[in-house]
Amino acid sequence: MNKMNNVLSCARFQAQLPELIGSGEGAGGHLHLQNCTNCRALISDLQSIADAARRLFPVEDPPDELWEEIQMAIDEERADAHPG
Amino acid sequence: MSDLNSLTYSSSPAPNKSYEGDGFPNGRSLQAATLPLQNDLITLAQAGDHQAFAELYSLHKRRVYSLCLRMVGNVAAAEDLTQEAFLQLHRKIGTFRGEASFSTWLHRIAVNVVLMDLRKKGLQASSLDEAMEPDADSQRPGRSFGAADLTLSGTIDRLALQRAIADLPAGYRLMFVLHDIEGFEHNEIASMVGCSIGTSKSQLHKARMKLRDALRLHPEQEKRR
Repeated sequence: MNKMNNVLSCARFQAQLPELIGSGEGAGGHLHLQNCTNCRALISDLQSIADAARRLFPVEDPPDELWEEIQMAIDEERADAHPG
Repeated sequence: MSDLNSLTYSSSPAPNKSYEGDGFPNGRSLQAATLPLQNDLITLAQAGDHQAFAELYSLHKRRVYSLCLRMVGNVAAAEDLTQEAFLQLHRKIGTFRGEASFSTWLHRIAVNVVLMDLRKKGLQASSLDEAMEPDADSQRPGRSFGAADLTLSGTIDRLALQRAIADLPAGYRLMFVLHDIEGFEHNEIASMVGCSIGTSKSQLHKARMKLRDALRLHPEQEKRR
């Protein structure tokens, strides 16, 4: 019966996760986590994935040549719009 | 910037500097002094000043390129999409009225360019709506009840994570990239993508759960690849 209660409690907690993770406060302080190793592990995993993903693709500049290509494309569009 | 109007278009290299866009939470605010400057640049660009447009490109190229790169995972494709996003910006900048922040508005353009490209290539999303609502049965993330032995252990393998992100349905990937990697808030994402804040939250949650499932359930498979 306790196991069933835990499962129901986990289900309720995880159903709230989309709200909790978007609230800005996070889920870390939720009462359910104090007694649930499974959901603590879940939160830890989700945080680890987000942290690892941020490190995966560092923010970088496009190559300088890209601006030249954009300028050329803009020139072409202007020429098409105003022939002659 | 006082001599913006004196510069000719044909000799206007994009200034070799890069600022972070306005409204970016990950340590990415434009300097307070830069925002009025950006407003001036927008006004000038709307009037056809190409040097001002070049300056706007320099201000935002980094974030737009990074978004494209993170969405498609391919340098050449990311460059093409960045080019298309700025071409569309050039065509549409006259319609910008300042209802949203300029960076959110520009990112909306970039997001649509990326999703259009995915649609053309027939990859997972045939429309933004579909991207936001992948097939419910096949894409439902697993829940985690009483399975403490199945949690991730140790360091997350970069390649496995990269592959898992690439395998996400486009809508899930978009929310994950915009929120967890780019650092946008849900209200910004909702405005950018044209969905509700609730949809943004729930798609992000599903994306995270799918990534966890992918990394947790198939570690041996990933190692063999």
